[in-house]
Amino acid sequence: MKRRDFVHLSGLGLGAMMLPNFPVSGRPVSAEALLESGVDVAVKKRLADAALNAAKAKGATYTDVRIGRYLNQFVVTREDKVQNIVNTESYGVGVRVIANGCWGFAAIVDAKSEADTARAAEEAVAIAKANAKLMKEPVILAPQKGYGEVSWKAPIQKNAFEVPIKEKVDLLLGVNDAALKNGANYVNSVLFMVNEQKYFASSDGSYIDQDIHRIWPIFAVTAIDPKSGKFETRQTLSAPVGMGYEYLQTNPKDKITGITTRYNKGYDMLEDVIAASKQAKEKLTAKSVEAGKYDLVLDPSHLWLTIHESVGHPLELDRVLGYEANFAGTSFATLDKWQSKNFNYGSKEVTLFADKTQVGSLGAVGWDDEGVKTKRWDLVKDGTLVNYQAIRDQAHIIGEKESHGCCYADSWSSVQFQRMANVSLAAGKTPLSVAEMIKDVKKGIYIIGDGSFSIDQQRYNFQFGGQLYYEIKDGEIVGMLKDVAYQSNTQEFWNSCVKICDERDYRLGGSFFDGKGQPMQSSAVSHGSSTARFNGVNVINTARKV
Amino acid sequence: MAILTKEEAKKIIDKVLAFSKADEMSVGLNGDRTGNIRYARNSVSTSGESTNLALSVTAVFGKRSGTATINEFDDASLEKTVRRAEEIAKLAPENPEYVPILGPQTYTETNSYIEKTAAINPDFRAKAAFDSIDPCVKKNLTAAGYLEDTTGFFAIGNSKGLFAYNKSTSVDFSITVRTADGQGSGYAIQDYNDVTKLSTKKSTEVAMQKAMASSAAKALEPGKYTVILEPAASIELLQNMMRSMDARNADEGRSFLSKKGGGIRLGEKLFDERVNIYSDPTNIEIPKAGFSGDGRPQEKVSWIENGVVKNLTYSRFWAEKKGVKAVPPPQGFIMLGGTQSLADLIKGTEKGILVTRFWYIRAVDPQTLLYTGLTRDGTFYIEKGQIKYPIKNFRFNESPVIMLNNLEAMGAPVRVNGSLIPPLKIRDFTFSSLSDAV
Repeated sequence: MKRRDFVHLSGLGLGAMMLPNFPVSGRPVSAEALLESGVDVAVKKRLADAALNAAKAKGATYTDVRIGRYLNQFVVTREDKVQNIVNTESYGVGVRVIANGCWGFAAIVDAKSEADTARAAEEAVAIAKANAKLMKEPVILAPQKGYGEVSWKAPIQKNAFEVPIKEKVDLLLGVNDAALKNGANYVNSVLFMVNEQKYFASSDGSYIDQDIHRIWPIFAVTAIDPKSGKFETRQTLSAPVGMGYEYLQTNPKDKITGITTRYNKGYDMLEDVIAASKQAKEKLTAKSVEAGKYDLVLDPSHLWLTIHESVGHPLELDRVLGYEANFAGTSFATLDKWQSKNFNYGSKEVTLFADKTQVGSLGAVGWDDEGVKTKRWDLVKDGTLVNYQAIRDQAHIIGEKESHGCCYADSWSSVQFQRMANVSLAAGKTPLSVAEMIKDVKKGIYIIGDGSFSIDQQRYNFQFGGQLYYEIKDGEIVGMLKDVAYQSNTQEFWNSCVKICDERDYRLGGSFFDGKGQPMQSSAVSHGSSTARFNGVNVINTARKV
Repeated sequence: MAILTKEEAKKIIDKVLAFSKADEMSVGLNGDRTGNIRYARNSVSTSGESTNLALSVTAVFGKRSGTATINEFDDASLEKTVRRAEEIAKLAPENPEYVPILGPQTYTETNSYIEKTAAINPDFRAKAAFDSIDPCVKKNLTAAGYLEDTTGFFAIGNSKGLFAYNKSTSVDFSITVRTADGQGSGYAIQDYNDVTKLSTKKSTEVAMQKAMASSAAKALEPGKYTVILEPAASIELLQNMMRSMDARNADEGRSFLSKKGGGIRLGEKLFDERVNIYSDPTNIEIPKAGFSGDGRPQEKVSWIENGVVKNLTYSRFWAEKKGVKAVPPPQGFIMLGGTQSLADLIKGTEKGILVTRFWYIRAVDPQTLLYTGLTRDGTFYIEKGQIKYPIKNFRFNESPVIMLNNLEAMGAPVRVNGSLIPPLKIRDFTFSSLSDAV
């Protein structure tokens, strides 16, 4: 994304809260405009055909056209105040071609006519031909059949944009009020909603119309002890999901009860903020952790981020090959390790899979941004590295006949490239509940929620924090801890995985803002798991005095 | 044309304001032309250029505000946008923290625009990439780099008669060079307003040298070490600290600047007395606009003087509530240093570690500004004033507040990421674990 397109929502007092600094692309519009229908699909086909024909006439051997309308809505509050309501819309066309064996890309804002899209196509061909002079090897594209005129819609029950702003404001102010009544000194809350209306057409004969929805309710509460000058925060245990407003309508079966309630396919924001406010206060007087080795019991609301950083990223083929060397970095999971067929990524318990079809996940689509039908495939099978994430121009490098279908662009104006699929840890096959798992732990820490995260550029060494830490002694939770972070090495960590709870505990976590590329693009991705146990992990104490 | 002159911008803004029926109206007009080239594996991967010109109108009725934007500039489009902003404002909830717009202000003249940077074209970018890739190819090294240049203007005006205009240019370059066996990696960055100061060849030579010198790294035990942080290493920790100097968070008790028992640590000595950090939009090395986005003048401000916290940043709302001057956050800052070069600092070090850069820095505890991250692309052991051998990368857990108390020496400041930062020699810097990453 380009910096100039951002409507930055920083400077809203979110700083100390460690909430993400949201970049949103597009221009501000009214809430009603988010419900207006975009360009008719028949018109999109005409616009796309004009580009396909123009590119071919100029000598392109392959062309794809993406006509995109991207809609966002934010409602931002703190305590009893609405700080901001932002609705944005971005519409345009991006054309990608291969000419003289080289990629070229051009995009045009607000493209309305066939002349507009044809012009973008011609520009893309001119760029491809110019870049071909600097090219070392021509692009090799995995074959892809055309699907004709098809469509895919996220299976949502209630379009979040149809819910009046007032209802959303009332929800958040109600959440804030509950926080203040239950011990929080400050509270920030945000509702973030996204709709991507994407049309894809290619010279392979595909015309794909897709409608994607996402929602993310977030809060952070702060509790202060003025006497000691200390403060503690507790952030939401929600997940960003590929769902409509129904995510906020909870059903008892979506709640996982225990030391604190966690959520699956429906999120009770009010209940969570009440718990959070009490827990933030409790954290102020919690015991500071003693550094050392602990068995960690990691909840899916925490483990998703460890999976994202230590499995999702190192198994992106473009990183392995060095295309991200100057920014995101490369990968320890080099081709020779995969070729050996016996690289021990984790213990036998560990199967990690990529999946672009999981219902309710952020990465779910029918087809990716180069017209490949999405699927599920294994990355690590019973502990052994078996595959990467690759797109059409990379498939040949790992001897595959087809792309994995994980190509994505964050806007019509950005060129699509390989992005992380939903990468998840398969649930344990033997029946095991969280309570049963904890019963066997002698000296451990149970971590819930995601916190601080950092990993090196080849994805070996990492450090993670969380939201809630509970000390386990001789199979019992004995109290809350604070100042906890764990450090490990990817291969060592996944080999220390001894038990994974069964399917009943499987839940998704994720983020809207996985960054990669220069200029940087953002991608939304989910990661699923059941609660898992890792033995003998190094825990440090993060308390300092300034 | 994406880059309007002051007169052209004012004409459009005045026209928009004349359509206003709102209590208050603010207009922002910005345009830019930006180009980039990216390469990896010694080959160009992407390049592009784009232009943008956009107008944003904010209408206010009482304490309700609404914003609409447009990129067409005929009278009908402008009027439509004004009406739309007014409609959105009328439907918006009241913002109890709304502060009325500013009247006309006096701004310091600054010069952040350089014609030669504005003239960068695709040929220039291709040559810049070639100058970086070619020496690497000749030495069997692998280059991955990124160059981005921007020429832009920003103008604001409002219904109380405020008007401000700034035109600027920038060019940012970063290069990572890796050895063919993947055992060595080096890095360098440059950023300027004036492209004539940029040499992708020179930067690449630094990165090449670091890549070759960092192969076959030895492992040292994690622990507390004396470090020499190159400006590219310390900049992000210092930026994070400067961004945490918000008065409201401190007053609310949730900042490293909050005092035990209430109140804020303004006026307290929190750092070594040699620490001096200020901002100045007229500094010729890092010139900035003379105004902030909401029209407040950007002036020379001392943030830390002789180790004492001298100023905090304020929103206009919070400043009014506290009855103090609303000092806006600076764009870039200057940390005073010494006269020594990086080589001099190394020469004067008995035992220590030279850090080229840090990577993946994340907050661990906002209470103490504790951050974690890792060294990357060139970490070396120093003994008796000489670089002895490359060492494996470390993870650190450290606070810039503690770091600036453990100051040993400073070199001459250089520009990095739009700020001026000296190389810093710090004792007892906390490395908590080893990383195998190269």
